[in-house]
Amino acid sequence: MRDNYAVIGKSVPKIDGRVKVTGQAKYTGDLKFPNMLVGKILTSPHPHARILHIDTTEAERLPGVKAVITHKDVPPLKYGISPARWDENIFCIDKVRFVGDKVAAVAAVDDETVYKALKLIKVDYEVLPAVFDPIEAMAEGAPQIHDEYPRNINTEIHQHFGDVEKAFAQAYHVRTDRFVGQRTYQSPIEPHSAISMWEGGKLTVYTSTQSPHYFQYYIARQFGLPMGDVRVVKTFVGGGFGGKLEPTGLEFAGAVLSRLTGRPVKMFYDRHEMFAHNRGRHRQIMEITSGVDRDGKILGVHANFIMDGGAYTSLGIATAYYAGAMLTLTYDFANYKFDMIRVYTNLPACGAQRGHGAPQPRYAFECHLDMVAQDLGIDPLEMRLRNARKPNTITPNQFKINSCELEECIQQARRLSGWDAKKGKLPRGRGIGIAVGSFVSGAGYPIYRTNLPHAAAIIKVHEDGSAATLYTGATDIGQGSDTVLCQMAAEAMGFVYERMKIVAADTETTPHDFGAYASRQTLMSGAAVKQAGEEVKKQLLAMAGEMMQVAPEELDCREGVIFVKGRPEVNITFGEAAREFFVRKGPLIGRGAYTPPTLGGTFRGAAVGTSPAYSFAAQISEVEVDEETGEIQVKEVWDVHDCGTVINPALLHGQVHGALYMGMGESVWEEVLFDASGRILNPNLAEYRLPTALDMPKITSALVDSFEPAGPWGVKEVGEGATIPTMGCYANAIYDAMGIRVYSLPLTYEKVWRALREKRNADFSQNRQMAEAVPATPDEAARGDGR
Amino acid sequence: MTTMQAITDQNGVKRYMVNLVVNGDHRTVVVKANTLLVNVLRDHLDLTGTKKGCELGDCGSCTVLLNGKPVNSCLVLAVEADGQEIVTIEGLVQQGDTLDPLQEAFIDHAAVQCGYCTPGMILSAKALLAKNPSPTEQEVREAIAGNLCRCTGYVNVVKAVMVAAKRLQEGRGADHEG
Ligand code: FES
Ligand code: FES
Repeated sequence: MRDNYAVIGKSVPKIDGRVKVTGQAKYTGDLKFPNMLVGKILTSPHPHARILHIDTTEAERLPGVKAVITHKDVPPLKYGISPARWDENIFCIDKVRFVGDKVAAVAAVDDETVYKALKLIKVDYEVLPAVFDPIEAMAEGAPQIHDEYPRNINTEIHQHFGDVEKAFAQAYHVRTDRFVGQRTYQSPIEPHSAISMWEGGKLTVYTSTQSPHYFQYYIARQFGLPMGDVRVVKTFVGGGFGGKLEPTGLEFAGAVLSRLTGRPVKMFYDRHEMFAHNRGRHRQIMEITSGVDRDGKILGVHANFIMDGGAYTSLGIATAYYAGAMLTLTYDFANYKFDMIRVYTNLPACGAQRGHGAPQPRYAFECHLDMVAQDLGIDPLEMRLRNARKPNTITPNQFKINSCELEECIQQARRLSGWDAKKGKLPRGRGIGIAVGSFVSGAGYPIYRTNLPHAAAIIKVHEDGSAATLYTGATDIGQGSDTVLCQMAAEAMGFVYERMKIVAADTETTPHDFGAYASRQTLMSGAAVKQAGEEVKKQLLAMAGEMMQVAPEELDCREGVIFVKGRPEVNITFGEAAREFFVRKGPLIGRGAYTPPTLGGTFRGAAVGTSPAYSFAAQISEVEVDEETGEIQVKEVWDVHDCGTVINPALLHGQVHGALYMGMGESVWEEVLFDASGRILNPNLAEYRLPTALDMPKITSALVDSFEPAGPWGVKEVGEGATIPTMGCYANAIYDAMGIRVYSLPLTYEKVWRALREKRNADFSQNRQMAEAVPATPDEAARGDGR
Repeated sequence: MTTMQAITDQNGVKRYMVNLVVNGDHRTVVVKANTLLVNVLRDHLDLTGTKKGCELGDCGSCTVLLNGKPVNSCLVLAVEADGQEIVTIEGLVQQGDTLDPLQEAFIDHAAVQCGYCTPGMILSAKALLAKNPSPTEQEVREAIAGNLCRCTGYVNVVKAVMVAAKRLQEGRGADHEG
C-alpha cells in the first residue's frame, strides 16, 4: 500500500535542533525590545471575596512605575476559550474566585520596582465563604461562585445511546466501581511569558503559545480590534501540553499596559503563578457500571462522572464531553450512557492537559474492566482482545473509525512483554498489567464556531531554486511539527528536506491554522502542506515539460531531480526548473487548505470527540511493589501504537516517551495539593514531584503497521495517545503484584501501603474464620482464586 | 568578595563590581548583593541560552559550569561568582561552528524536543563526562537528575549522553593512535 518515500518515514534531524543545542533559540522570555517595561499581575490572596475598594495611588507614586491598571482600565467584556461559557474578566470586577485571581497590574522600569509597586496596591476585601469540593459545591446552600450558575453547576451532560438498562438486564454480570482522579498541572519547563507592543493602531504580541490563532481571535475580540490589527507571533515554546492554548492575563493586561505607556511590556508568570493560573487536568470522580455476557463481551456501559472545574470554564466544557466521549473508542459495545456534571469550585480553573479529559476515565475503565475479567475468570488481556474495536466501525456515539489495529497492538505488546510467561506467574511483589487507549487526530470542529479551514499552508520556492520556504500557522511547541511538516512539504514537491526553511505560527506572515492541540497537526496541517507541495510540483513539472520538450504527465520529481518516468537519466534539477519558472512567470507558490469532512451525530455535544481518524495503543507494564513501604517501582513499560504512517520515527517515539512520562508522573506522584483556605501547598516542581531521570523505567515503544485513509500519506496522531493508558496500566500491574486495588490517583506509596495493610487485616480475619471451619460462600471462594 | 569594589547610590543602595570569566571572556558587571548569577548572564550579558524555569533550584534549566562544576545559576549570587570561570551553553561551540560531541549527539538522537531544558542538560552531561568519561547509564541518570525535562521522558537524553561519551572515548583513542 505504501510507496517508497524519499523524505517521509525517515528520522531526519530536527530542523531546529542546532539552534536549540547551542542556546541560540529564543523563547519569549529571552527577547528584549528597546524601551521595554516589565509588567506583573497582582492576584487575590483569598479563595472567595468581594472586592470593596482598590487603592493604587501609592503604587502609582513609586518612582519607576509607568502604569497601574485595574478592571476600570480594561474592557469589561467577559472572555474564555470556550464560547459556550464566557465567564472570565481581564481583572475581577466585583469579586475574586480563587487564590490567584487577577486583580490589578503594574508596568515599571524593572522587576524590582514592579514587585515593590504590587505591594503598594491596597485592596479591601470582604472575605466570603469558599468551597473546594465539587460535591459540596453542588449542595443546597453552598457558596455561590458565579451568580449565573445555580448550585455551581458549570455544565451538565446526559447522553444515552442504545439502551443501557436493557443491556444490564440481559447481562450475565453487572458491576459498578468508583474511582477518583486528581488535579495535575502541565508544568512545562518554560514558564508563560508575553511581550505586548501597541504601536499606532496595531497590537503585536510575542508569546509562548500553542495557538497563535486563538490568541489573535480572543485578543482582537476583547479589544474590539479587527483581527488584522492584532499580530500574534509564537517564539520558541518550552513545552505546552495544553496549558498554553488560551491567552492569559499576561497578554490581556500586557496589551493594555503597552497601550497606556506606549512602550513594549514584558510579562511573565513565575513557577508559583503558573500553578495558580493552572488550566491543568480536572479532578474527576468516576463511577463506572458495565454489563457483560458470560464470555466477557461488553453489552453496555454507564459512565457517571463529576468533575471539579475550578473557578472558571477555560476549556472545561470540551473536557467534560471528552471524558465520556472517548470511552467508546477502544471497545466495541452498542449501549452507552454518559452523565457528567462539571462543577465550579474556589480553586484555579482546570482545562486541557495532554490526553484532554480522557486519561482519568480511561484509568477508571481499565481498572474496572480488569475487575470484571477477574469476576469472570478471564485473563485481562484476553478480555481486551474479545472486546477490541475493529477497523471501519462506528461507535455508539457516532464516531467513525477507519483504521484500527488495536488487536494487533495488544498482541504485539503481549509478545514484547512476555505476557503469557509472566501473567500470574511472577513472584509475589511483582506484577504485570495491561491497559489500552485511543485518541483523536485533531478535533472535527474548532473551539469556536467558524467555517475557516482548520489548516492552511503556503510554500514559496526560492527564486534561484536553492531552497523552499513553508509558511504555516502550525505551531511547534517542541513536538517537532516544523520538522515533520517540512518533510511532508519536501516529499510532496519532490524536493529535499535539507533545503527546506520554515516560517511558522505568526498570524501576520503565515496562513491560518488552529494550532497545537487535540493532536491535530500531522494530519490536518499535514494535509494542507501536502496540497501546497503538490501544487508546486504540478507547476514545476509543467515548466520542466516546456524546458525538456516532454509532456508534464511523463515527468516526475523526486529529491530535487525532475526526470522522465522510466528514464531517470533524462533529467533537469528542481532548482533549474524553479529558477526558469521565476524568470518566466514570477513567484513559484503552492497553496493548500484542509477542512475535515462533516463528522459525527446530531445529538447535543455530538461534535466533541469527532475526528477524521483515531490512534490506538496498548500498554503493558511490569511493576515491583515493596510490601513493607508500599513503594512502587515500574520496571519496564511496553507501548505499542497504531498511529498510521510514520513521518519521522525518531520524533514519533520521542512523543511516546514524553506522553508516557507524563502519564507515569500522574500515575504515581503528581498532584496539586491545597490547604484548607485554597492555597496551593506544593506550587513548585520539587514538591509537585515532577519525575526525574532516576524515576523513569525502561521504555519500549513499538508500532504496528497501519494506514489511515483520512490522513495525508496515511498518518494519524501520536502525541497524546500514550498518556492515556498509563495510569490504568500501572494500577492493574499493582493489582497483579499484590492483589490490592487503589481507587484513586495518584497511586502513591502511602495509598498502596494502606491498601496492603487493609488486605492483610482482611486476610487475617478471613483465615481465622476459615480456621474456625466456617465454609466459604461460593461467592467468596470464587473471588479468592480469581476463577 | 572582600576585594570587590563597591559603590553606594543616593538611596544608600550598595552595588558591587563583579569580575567574571564567561566562556573565556573577561566581563565586568555592577550588581546588588542579592543579584542572581542567572540574571547577570541573561540580562546583563545577554547570554539567554541559560534558561529560567523556576528560580528555586528545582528544574536545572539554569545550569552553568562554575569552575567546571554544574550549578543552578539561580541559586548562585553574582557576587559569589566574582573571579570565577563560568561556561554557559554559548561557550560550548568550538571554533565558530563545530558543535560539542554532546550537542551533536543530542541532535542525532532526538534528545531535544522543546529545547528548554537542553542547555542545562548538556552542561550537566558535560561536567559528568569531564570527570567520568565512560559513565554507566545509571551514572548518567544521576548526573542529570537535577535537570527536569517535561518532554522527552529522558529516554533519548540518556541515550545521547551515552553515545557522546562513547564517541569522545573513541576520538581520544584515535588521537592516541594518530
Ligand atoms: S531556574 Fe534555576 S533551577 Fe530552575
Ligand atoms: S525538551 Fe522540553 S523540557 Fe526537555
